[in-house]
This record gives sequence, C-alpha cells and structure tokens, in this order.
Amino acid sequence: MMATFIAILFAGALFAGFVGSLTGLGGGVIIVPLLTIGFGVDIRYAIGTSLISVIATSSGAASAYVKEGILNIRVGMFLEIATTLGAIAGAAIAFFAPTHAIAVIFGFVLLYTAVVSFIKRKSDTESEILPEKKPGPMIGLLKARGTYPTANGLKNYTLQHLGGGFIVMSVAGILSGLLGIGSGALKVIAMDSIMKIPFKVSTSTSNFMIGVTAAASAGIYLNRGYIDPVLSMPVMVGVLIGSLVGAKFLLRARTKSIRLVFAIVITLLAFEMIFNGLAKNI
Amino acid sequence: MRDIMGSLLRVGVLAAAFLVVLGGVLFFIQHPKEVFDYTTFKGEPAKFRQVHLIVKEAFNFRGRDVIQLGLLVLIATPVARVIFSLIGFLIEKDWIYVAITAIVLIILSVSLFSNYLTF
Repeated sequence: MMATFIAILFAGALFAGFVGSLTGLGGGVIIVPLLTIGFGVDIRYAIGTSLISVIATSSGAASAYVKEGILNIRVGMFLEIATTLGAIAGAAIAFFAPTHAIAVIFGFVLLYTAVVSFIKRKSDTESEILPEKKPGPMIGLLKARGTYPTANGLKNYTLQHLGGGFIVMSVAGILSGLLGIGSGALKVIAMDSIMKIPFKVSTSTSNFMIGVTAAASAGIYLNRGYIDPVLSMPVMVGVLIGSLVGAKFLLRARTKSIRLVFAIVITLLAFEMIFNGLAKNI
Repeated sequence: MRDIMGSLLRVGVLAAAFLVVLGGVLFFIQHPKEVFDYTTFKGEPAKFRQVHLIVKEAFNFRGRDVIQLGLLVLIATPVARVIFSLIGFLIEKDWIYVAITAIVLIILSVSLFSNYLTF
C-alpha cells in the first residue's frame, strides 16, 4: 500500500529530523540508510531525497543564525566556491560509480560521523589564545577576519591556513554531492580546527553553507531524474517538522545521552551499509 | 540585509513546504490506489527534471507536478540567498566579494540548468 509506505517514510523522516537537530549532525545520515536498507530504494533515489531534506533543515536553521549575527558571511561565501565545486564533482562521481561502492563509502563516512559525535566538543571558553601569526596577503585581500560576542565583550579572530581549509571544504562538498549528506561535521572541522575560526562561528557558518552546497548537487540530481516527488514529499515535510521540534527540545534535553544513542545507531547503520555494499545487495 | 536574508530563507522553505503538502494532498486524491516501485532506478520523466517544464506542468494541478515545483522552490532558496548576498556586496562596493559571490552563483546555475548543456 502506497499510503502505508508514505506514512512509515514520514515517521522515519520525523525521527531523523528530530535526532539530527538534537545532535547537530543533520538528518541526512539517517535518511539514506532508512530508504536503502529499510525500503530497498535505489541508493541514488535515496541520495536525491536526502539532499532535499538537507536543504530544508539547513535553510530553516540558518534563518535563525543569520539574525543572531555570529556567522561570517564573507568567509562562508569564499568557502562555498570550494563546497559547490566539490558538490558538483561528487554528484558526477555518483553517476559513474557502482551503487554498492557508494554504499560502502557511505558506511565508512557514517562510522567517522559516529566517532566525531562521540568526541566531546570543546567549548569556546576552552579554546586557547593562539600565537598571533602575521597574516598573509590572501587573508588581507579576503578580509578573512571577524569578531564574535563573548561574555567579556567582542573578541577578534583572524583566519589561518586558508588553503588547507579550502581543500578540506572541497572534500566536504564532494562527500555531500556523492552521499546526499550535509557534511556539517567536516565543515566545522575545516573551520574550527584548521582555519582557527571560533567554534560557535564555525557551527553557524557551516549550517549556513550546507544549504548552498546541497543545492549545487541537488540541481544535478534533479536534472538527472533522481529526485522523485512521491519519495521526497513525506521525507521533506517529516524532516522539517522533526528538526523544528528538535530545536525546541534542545534546551531541555540531556544531549550527552542522546549523542551516545545516536552514535550507537549510526554505527549499526554503518556496518549494515558496508556489509550490504560488499555483498552487492545495494 | 541580514534581516532580509533570514526572512528570505524562512519564506522560501515555508513556500516550498506549502507546495509539497498541497501536492501531496492532490496526489492522494488523484491516485488513492497507485503503487510505485523505487527498487530499481528508472529515472524521472522530463517534466520532473527540467526547470521550465516543472514550472509549466505545476499549473495543471496534478499532485506530483505541484510537489516537484515545491522541491524546485526549495532548491532555489539557497540560490536566492546567494543572489541577495551579491546585491549586498554590490551596495557595499566590495568588489572582491562581488566576484567571489558571482563565481558561486555561476556554479549553482550550471548545476541547476545542467540539462540544457550538452555533456
């Protein structure tokens, strides 16, 4: 029955959006395994559908971040050159790579996500005072600096390692286009660990960038016929509602235990994807 | 500018969600019994793939056509955000960032209209 299928998809998407927003990792990592392992949907349909949900949640959340004013629009725009180019490359690879290979890669990225979500995130108070390096000419040209509010007033920061950050952002874009995920974790690592952007600025700028990155590959998926209206309808609406509820719930939730559950769930999904991929069931 | 951008994203997502839900309701009315198979990839017909056809077909008020227009609006929302950034940088006369934003916009356009390119 089609109605039952759509109802179950909607429920799954609701859950994915809710957990994805609570953990800050997005719903994309759950949607693809749900569709492929759960319903036997072709993985490229699943990726197209997942991209739709990624755009919906990131645009919804970004509208709140934009008003808070902690994101760095310039740096985000500069890095979007890397992520959008990567996303198109990733989408192109997805059309030539065999589907079981995509499933295996997806599994390994899921495992990595599980590990990252497990590691305690450092807070801004812990981030150390960096030795002030003399900024290179690119930093000046791109105005790659900014301020962000702390308890002790506005603090300044200057970006470092623009080239390295650009490369990691390209990889984040490729993974996003290839797997239909937001690659938020990798984007934050590029900004926070490599480019030394304060953590809070990194997370909100990353969220801001995810929608544009996903749109770059979604355009290709749409044109190639991998975005189906009947599959996307329950997933988009479900993930959107789930993530909005998750954002409200976030203030009261004990995120540590939720993170643990989430890490276990995606580890299991990761092995499932890898085994099914190796057995060429996907 | 930030306020406009924040509202733009919200309006885009809400408009897309409205169209998708409307299309979903129409779909259930028009196809109460139909079953689709997604286990093997067949590819969507042109009317679900090409931008101008998606816009054109939606006015027939067939469920799936309306959903697809909603999805197109959703994909266009981040693109609209980039266009607004471009206008913002133009007003500020920040030419470096006008160029950077224009590059991002070109990449997004190539993706969205890749069907019209021969490759």
